[in-house]
Amino acid sequence: MSHFPWLTLLIVLPLLGSLALWLPSPLRGRAREVALVFALAEVAVAVIAAAGFDTSRAGEHQLVETHSWIAAFGVSYAVGVDGVGLALVLMSVVLVPLVVLAAWREQGSVHEATDGLRRYLALALLLEAFMVAVFAARDVFFFYVLFEAMLIPVYFMIGGFGADRSRRRYAAVKFLLYSLAGGLVMLIGVIALYMQGPGGPQGFLTDNLTGLSLDPSVEKWLFVSFFIAFAIKAPMFPVHTWLPDAAEQAPAGTSALLVGVLDKVGTFGMLTLCLPLFPNASRWAAPFIIVLAVVSIIYGALLAIGQKNLFRLVAYTSVSHFGFIVLGIFAFTSTSISGSSFYMVNHGLSTGGLFLLVGYLVARRRSPEIADFGGLQKQVPVLAGLFLVVGLSALSLPGLSTFISEFLVIVGTFAVHPAAAIVASIGVVLAAIYVLWTYQRVFTGPLPTNTPDQDVRELPALGRFADVSVVERWAVVPLIALMLVLGFWPRPALDLVRPSAVTSVQQVGAQDVPQTTATSEAGK
Amino acid sequence: MIAEFIAPTVSWGPLAPVVVVLLAAVVGVLLEAFVPARFRRVAQVTLSLAAVVGALVALALAWSTVKSTGGYDVLSGSFVLDGPALVAQAIILVIALLSVLVMADRTASDEDAFAPMVSAAPGSDYEKIATTRGMAQTEVYPLVLFATGGMMIFGSTGDLLTLFVALEVLSLPLYLLSGMARRRRLQSQEASLKYFLLGAFASAFFIFGIALVYGATGTLRYSEIATAVATPTGTEGLLLLGAVLILVGLFFKVGAVPFHMWTPDVYQGAPTPITGFMAAGTKVAAFAAMLRVLYVMLAGLGWDLTVVLWTVAIATMLVGTVAGLVQTDIKRLLAYSSIAHAGFVLTGVAALDKQGPSSVLFYLLAYGLATVGAFAIISIVRERSASGGVSGEATALSQWAGLGRTHPVVAVTFLLFLLSFAGIPLTAGFVGKFAVFSAAVHGGAWPLALIGVLASAAAAFFYVKVIVLMFFPASEPTQASTDAEPAAAAGTGTATLLQTAPARVVTTTVVRPNGLATVSIAVCAVLTVVLGIFPGGVLDAISQVAAYLP
Repeated sequence: MSHFPWLTLLIVLPLLGSLALWLPSPLRGRAREVALVFALAEVAVAVIAAAGFDTSRAGEHQLVETHSWIAAFGVSYAVGVDGVGLALVLMSVVLVPLVVLAAWREQGSVHEATDGLRRYLALALLLEAFMVAVFAARDVFFFYVLFEAMLIPVYFMIGGFGADRSRRRYAAVKFLLYSLAGGLVMLIGVIALYMQGPGGPQGFLTDNLTGLSLDPSVEKWLFVSFFIAFAIKAPMFPVHTWLPDAAEQAPAGTSALLVGVLDKVGTFGMLTLCLPLFPNASRWAAPFIIVLAVVSIIYGALLAIGQKNLFRLVAYTSVSHFGFIVLGIFAFTSTSISGSSFYMVNHGLSTGGLFLLVGYLVARRRSPEIADFGGLQKQVPVLAGLFLVVGLSALSLPGLSTFISEFLVIVGTFAVHPAAAIVASIGVVLAAIYVLWTYQRVFTGPLPTNTPDQDVRELPALGRFADVSVVERWAVVPLIALMLVLGFWPRPALDLVRPSAVTSVQQVGAQDVPQTTATSEAGK
Repeated sequence: MIAEFIAPTVSWGPLAPVVVVLLAAVVGVLLEAFVPARFRRVAQVTLSLAAVVGALVALALAWSTVKSTGGYDVLSGSFVLDGPALVAQAIILVIALLSVLVMADRTASDEDAFAPMVSAAPGSDYEKIATTRGMAQTEVYPLVLFATGGMMIFGSTGDLLTLFVALEVLSLPLYLLSGMARRRRLQSQEASLKYFLLGAFASAFFIFGIALVYGATGTLRYSEIATAVATPTGTEGLLLLGAVLILVGLFFKVGAVPFHMWTPDVYQGAPTPITGFMAAGTKVAAFAAMLRVLYVMLAGLGWDLTVVLWTVAIATMLVGTVAGLVQTDIKRLLAYSSIAHAGFVLTGVAALDKQGPSSVLFYLLAYGLATVGAFAIISIVRERSASGGVSGEATALSQWAGLGRTHPVVAVTFLLFLLSFAGIPLTAGFVGKFAVFSAAVHGGAWPLALIGVLASAAAAFFYVKVIVLMFFPASEPTQASTDAEPAAAAGTGTATLLQTAPARVVTTTVVRPNGLATVSIAVCAVLTVVLGIFPGGVLDAISQVAAYLP
């Protein structure tokens, strides 16, 4: 069983689903069902694959497959996951069926073209294949190829579907150019790194490029070229400006995948490529990056508070959260890195859910402006409840999994950079403001009637809102359930990510600060 | 006393591919004279395709010998069939094959891209008669074969005189072909004249350079010049000037800055299938020749030429991308894109690294496939008037708006070629770009590679512009009229309506090719993807024979 190519199956399965939706076939008419079946089958396969994963060796790559791909360049098709990779793969495959469910009723409203939903779902499945592959890649070139190639489906998902035609074009192009520019700079780094390595037909394997004794200045340049690409992707201050535009214009499902999963590639790349490949440069750059991360935390949170648009608000909360993830990674303690790894998973669940719920609200009101909402608590109690729980996860309420990861990041960072940790904690307070104030404005108070201006814009009356349908509910409930389970019983997840974190700290050569008490307490 | 004439011994085997093509071209001229008009087109197309395929077979037969022995040297270096030469010839033949298919396609409109009678003045009665009689200028095919033969020799010769002859053999037919467009004939003829004049100018530089090199070294053979370069004699100044002038001639052919001025006009004016053939084929031939000149003949001058090569490469990348950003015509846009690509290839050349030739050749293959395919698609995207009559190509970018909705298959295929141009992973263009940049970094030219990737990012913008236009138009094509109505009504009455109405009547449509162009486009598309995902086989094959014969 261990020799079965589970990861390849996980990559191929959504590709087949995507093909089934693209190619002319009788299945075309039932796009939603087909996409859901493939997405659920993917979850099942992922669970089986995870069962074959030996948690006691979670720091090592498992389910490994290595085949020569382009021998002339030294490129291999090499996949395998360690604990972090597996956690992210699982999170990605869980999110996709929920996005499919959330898109269930959007046919005809958001996707104006007749078979828009079919194309949308085909792109989402294609993206899923890329996402799984990128988290499993063990070859720098292969990683790069996926890193760039996945821009294309996302580009079409942002540009092809969404509210405002001209502004979504702008958002899609901005997204693509930002990402391409970052990626191409990384390409030079990729080439130069290969030159430094052992070469040969497997010269791009991450394992073969780890532990090179690079010339310090070369190492710094290589690190910078990789880090810029990842910082744009993550996105970090000051290269985050594409995200609010993209998230505002894209349909909610796209944003959920984009922010929930895709942007993790940035932080995942920092963790699994920057740290092991360029340990000295990572230590050299860490103070600078930690400052940027703290700025991201505070700046993202402040801007989130100031937003008038729900989608942009969620996007800025993510800038803040990504600051936490980056902070934890570059604090170089096993506690903080475990926290960051776990944070990546939790943030995917939490932000994915938040985008879907905002999507429900916007689909009903046909406006993302917070000012157009109010007093919905009595009208749509279930939606309000779901929003509150998911919102609380965004502010890291104890009992939800996000609390544990944020706590670990702050505690782990405090041991080495107390000042950064203290400033970062302000971000937690700001999170309470942006979540609760938003909830207050949207759901509490008396139910307002439409103002004349809103009548002119033909917004549906708030008083005629229907509560969440069964399908909509089931798209969000699994996320909340997962956050609750991992909130009270995080041990399995921490067992997955902790060995990898220890390995990362060793690779980067930093003095680890063991915090057994903190981790074990959180683990209870 | 007159020495007894000794007939040279010619080994015809390695010459076979070139001989097949040129002989077929001569036969094609005879066919024009003797075959009745109604069979001519079929005969010419069959002959051309057979000749190109035959030449490919002949190359395949020579492959194993070249691989094991390093290659053939015919007539003491006048013609060399070593690995790089063989690969370049094979790429040229593949491009020729795919291009001939596009040229031969008369589409559902039953017209090919060429004027029915090129000698008739545009707009004259003769032209009308020729059109109504359905005449066709089938000389196109022999001309293409001559050009192909010239291209094949261009990169495979070790002798400057043969190089010059090959240059003319490949150029003269292209000058002619550029002027043969069926529509916008004046523009086409202007393109032809411009190409000819500037080409003649470049040829003059080129032959002057040859003369200077001959003066400095006393020989025209690459191998002997290489020896002379290695031994200082005091004529280095002459040699260097000659070498630079030869390079100028080659820069002109690849469209490198500052010798690129002809490219946009000629690409725009020439019949579109010819543009594809010329853009792809000429570049392969000229870069193959440039590589041989630099790697074999001037290997000892590497350092002195670096400054020239770097300057030209950087200028070419920058001008190509910056000027490309503001184009509004799809053919001109691809022309500037081809200039930028020449710059990217030059980074691989300028590295003067041992990986250079194989990476450049792969790049040219990827670029050639995307180019032929893209221009083939441009040739079937047409204007349709209100009466339903399909006329010329819709080359204005604005006319491509919404193509993704109205003709999704064509638009997605074009998208694929654009992605390959932009160097997005999983297309052949990315592999090529990776290969040349990695050769540049390996050869120590990392600043070139850095500028290359930045230029690629900027160039991506104008490919993205076309993608946005095709798939996310500012307004639905069907909504265009409804959107415009309130605006017109808000205007000052009937005058506005009358002015705007005719402009909207011309719509964009895609004519159905009669099969040949479809095959060509499909092959280009499939190869672009296959070489993007599994480039290993081709890369290995090219690098196995990457060594030049001295």
